[in-house]
This record gives sequence, C-alpha cells and structure tokens, in this order.
Amino acid sequence: MSLKLLKQALNTAAPLPRMWRARELKDHYDVVIIGGGAHGLACAYYLAKDHGITDVAVLEKSYIGSGGSGRNTTIIRSNYLTPEGVRFYDESVKLYEEMAAELDFNVMFSQRGHLTLAHTDAAVRTMRRRAEVNRLQGVDSRLIWPDEIKRLCPPIDISDHPRYPIQAALYHPPGGVIRHDAVVWGYAAQADAGGVHLHQQTRVTGLQMEGGRVVGVETHRGRIGAGIVLNATAGWATTIADMAGVRLPITTFPLQACVTEPLKPFLDVIIVSGSLHVYVSQSDRGELVMGAAVDPFASYALRGSLSFIEGIAGHMLELFPSFAPARIMRLWAGLCDMTPDYSPIMGFTPVEGFLVDVGWGTYGFKAAPVSGKRMAELIASGQTPDLLRPFRLSRFAEHDLVGEKGAASVGH
Amino acid sequence: MLLLSCPNCGPRNVAEFRFGGEVHPRPAQPAHLSDASWSDYLYMRANTLGVQKEWWYHRAGCGLWFLAERHTQTNEVTATYRWQPADTTPSI
Ligand SMILES: Cc1cc2nc3c(=O)[nH]c(=O)nc-3n(C[C@H](O)[C@H](O)[C@H](O)COP(=O)(O)OP(=O)(O)OC[C@H]3O[C@@H](n4cnc5c(N)ncnc54)[C@H](O)[C@@H]3O)c2cc1C
Ligand SMILES: [Zn+2]
Repeated sequence: MSLKLLKQALNTAAPLPRMWRARELKDHYDVVIIGGGAHGLACAYYLAKDHGITDVAVLEKSYIGSGGSGRNTTIIRSNYLTPEGVRFYDESVKLYEEMAAELDFNVMFSQRGHLTLAHTDAAVRTMRRRAEVNRLQGVDSRLIWPDEIKRLCPPIDISDHPRYPIQAALYHPPGGVIRHDAVVWGYAAQADAGGVHLHQQTRVTGLQMEGGRVVGVETHRGRIGAGIVLNATAGWATTIADMAGVRLPITTFPLQACVTEPLKPFLDVIIVSGSLHVYVSQSDRGELVMGAAVDPFASYALRGSLSFIEGIAGHMLELFPSFAPARIMRLWAGLCDMTPDYSPIMGFTPVEGFLVDVGWGTYGFKAAPVSGKRMAELIASGQTPDLLRPFRLSRFAEHDLVGEKGAASVGH
Repeated sequence: MLLLSCPNCGPRNVAEFRFGGEVHPRPAQPAHLSDASWSDYLYMRANTLGVQKEWWYHRAGCGLWFLAERHTQTNEVTATYRWQPADTTPSI
C-alpha cells in the first residue's frame, strides 16, 4: 500500500482511480437496499459474491458512510451476555479477522484487548456470568483482578481513592478497533466490482405497494421497481418501515463521542466502565477516542452537548487522573435505533418483499460483516439462517426477547 | 434544546428533567387484549420524526410529570402543559 501511495504522490498526471462508479439509475432491480452504511453495503457485497445476485442497488440519501457507520468508535468484540448474541457477534469478529484480505483493503483491524470494568459486587457477578457464557461458546473471555488490570493498563487508577474503586474486569483479548471508513469503502468498492449499483444522493421518499406486497421504492429521482426491498437505515428505520405500514419496536436516540488532541501512544487496551458510563481507546493517530451511553432523550438531531463533555470528562478522570491536561478537539453525534432488548432485528416482516436489518443501537458496526453475509443468505434462499432466527421481528409478539442490555448499553 | 418549561417552575435546564418517552396510552382493558395487541402496546413505538407529544418528569425540581410537544429533528419545544385525561385516551 505505501509503495502505491508513494508512486501516486510522484504521479502528477492522473488522480487515484475511483473506488466505485457512478451508474445510471435503472427502473428496476431484483434487490433494492435502502441505506448506504456498512450493513447495506455488506449485504450487497455478499449478495453478489456468495450468491451471484448482482441486479442490486444500494440507495443512500447522503454519502456512503454518512450515518452511524462513519461516526462510531469502532469497537469490535463478541463477549456478549446471551448464547445467541455471543455466537452471532463471534462470527462477525472472525469475518473481521479475514476482512483485509477479503476486501483487498487495509482496514487496520487492531485486536488489542477489551476490558469491561466492574466497580460493584453486582457488576462482578455479571462479568463472571458473561465470562462463563462466552467460554461455553468458545470465546476468549475471563474475569481478571486489579493487579492484572494495572499490568495491561498502567495509567489506570486501581487505588481505593475514587468514588467507585475498580474491583475486577471482564477481559476479552480478541476485542479491538478498526478504521470504520475503510470498512465502508472496502465493501463499497467490492460490491461495485461485483456489479452492484451504488446510488448516493438518492433519498427514498415512499414505497410502492401492490396487493399487500412491496414492489418498488419512490425516490426524489424517480420510481424504481424492486423484487425485494431491504431497510438498512438504522436511526431512520421507522421512517422507512412506516411507508410499508410495518411497526417496529425502535426509538431513535443520539449517541455522542469525542476525541482529544493526539498524545504519544500509551494506552494499549480498550477500557469500558458501565458503572461510570464511559469508554476509551487510543487511535493510531494518538487521539483518545471517548464515548458514553446514549443521550438522555430521544431525538433525530445530530448535535453535541456540553453536558456530555462534562459527564465524560469527570468520569474519565476518576479512571485516569493523568488525562487531566488533555484537550478535547472534536465532538460529534450519530443516531442509534434502540430496541427494548438491546438486540437487533433482522429478517422478514409481515409485508411480503419488505425485509429489515435494523435495531443496531449503539453496537451495530461490529455486526456488519455477519449480518450482511447472513441477510444475503436469507434473501437468496428465502429462509432464515439459524444464526439470525433469535433476532426475527416476530420475537416481540412471541415475547421471546434476547436481553443484551447488561452487555451493550455502554460498552458498544 | 437547553431549556424546558415546567408548568410549575417555568424554564429550567433540561438536565433537571427525566425524559419519559412518547405518549403511548395504556389499553382500556389490558386483561382482554390479544397477545399481538399486548406486544404492540409493550414494544412498538411511533418514533416520530417531527412534532412528538411526550412525557417529562421534573426530577430535580417539583416532581411533576407533564407533557411536552417537541420537534424531534430540531428539538424545538412548542408547548408544555399539565396532563389531562384526554391526553391519554386509550386507542385499544
Ligand atoms: C458515536 C457512536 C459510537 C458507536 N460506537 C460503536 C462501536 O464502538 N461499536 C459498534 O459496533 N457500534 C458502534 N456504534 C453503532 C454503529 O455505528 C451502528 O450501529 C452502525 O454503524 C449501523 O450501521 P448501518 O449500516 O445499519 O446504518 P448507518 O451507517 O447509520 O447507515 C444508514 C444509512 O441510511 C441512510 N438513509 C436514511 N434514510 C434514508 C432514506 N430515506 N433514503 C436513503 N437512505 C437513507 C442514512 O443516510 C445512512 O447513511 C456507534 C454509534 C455511534 C453514533
Ligand atoms: Zn417543576
């Protein structure tokens, strides 16, 4: 890659070739995917690659990766709370491990280890349970104590001075971070190479229904017929589902994150504290990437707030007193489609031809490879893969929820 | 949105309040609902993009639960008022 870059730098004539092409909008596609985030793009890529389904369009109202996929803090892990969740996210971690080769793109996946701190007896119990559930599924995950936490993360304060001293941590060595834009662009480029049409600046404004099934979409650029329509719009999921008359158990909340100025590399692992509602990792550029739980009220507004900064700074200093001089450089928000059980919703809906891949809340970036692969399988076969069955929409009517709140509300 | 006007206390910092979600009337006769309607009541939400009628609780103030009308894209609050029975007339 670096040699290619150097050659390009010396080449004054031609710019780098475009990673995907602008195509004519056709008036019909076999599959129309609404939402050009990592999920929509991954599904398009796997439809073409695994199933030879290439008459596919991805419609994105803005630019590719403009939603949560370009705004997240890129934590990838599989140490969830339910066996269904652990199995599902673990397949995703494995796909991420192969991704750079698969997409021929350096996605900079760094499996540096992920620690979820426990500051109370109740939290220690939850971590112990998670470790056991994880291990039963073959996932590397264990409870560790303050001396080992300090060895893995020297700047952390394990004394009994803070208001909530650290008692233990759930340690998940394969947990890591990645370059989110590279994931989005890699899928986009390979989907395009496979024949998929990517249409940016194309907003879906309605769905065409015929005899109770979806037969196409309306966009501000015209109507497009479709055999299957997949809703992969995350924070905007209910706005699209409304067009099909499908109700979803989703409420949209903003989630904020921020970075400090770059510092020398000193923080090797990812640290999450559910009790203090904060988490942090250090980026390759040296910035501390910090986040928290969702905003206190539902909204579609992409705005930052002072109370977020105050909260995160206060709690972060309880863990890392040495962060005090670091200045916060940037702050942003993204939309999260929260579900009652903190698990996603994938698969069929009561309306024929209308599928969903939504409910990704604060934790969906890590799932893009597995959900893309398995949703493509579902579309190609017309059958729900076993891995996705626990996450069907009808689980709510069946009162068969997949409760992941204990593993997903702060540590995304 | 930095200020929210409590019907008792007037405009206060939004941090004093707890958000209570979109208004979502309880069913008239819960015991007689089908499983499907019950799950619809429990889980499904309108998640309006636009003006939404919603609950707020003045947690760090007078303790009143009241209603607000807020645009969920701009966060502009157009009205806050005390609850009246008609605000939560059951639809099922
Ligand atoms: C601050 C923050 C931190 C996060 N941290 C993590 C993390 O560490 N780990 C993790 O796994 N997850 C994390 N997440 C969650 C993650 O970002 C999302 O779950 C994930 O990116 C969802 O991907 P997606 O492709 O489903 O949706 P998105 O990337 O949101 O894409 C949906 C797309 O749909 C488009 N769209 C909407 N309406 C229309 C329309 N009418 N017509 C056409 N297009 C439309 C939007 O423009 C958008 O681009 C975080 C999120 C945020 C905001
Ligand atoms: Zn009050």
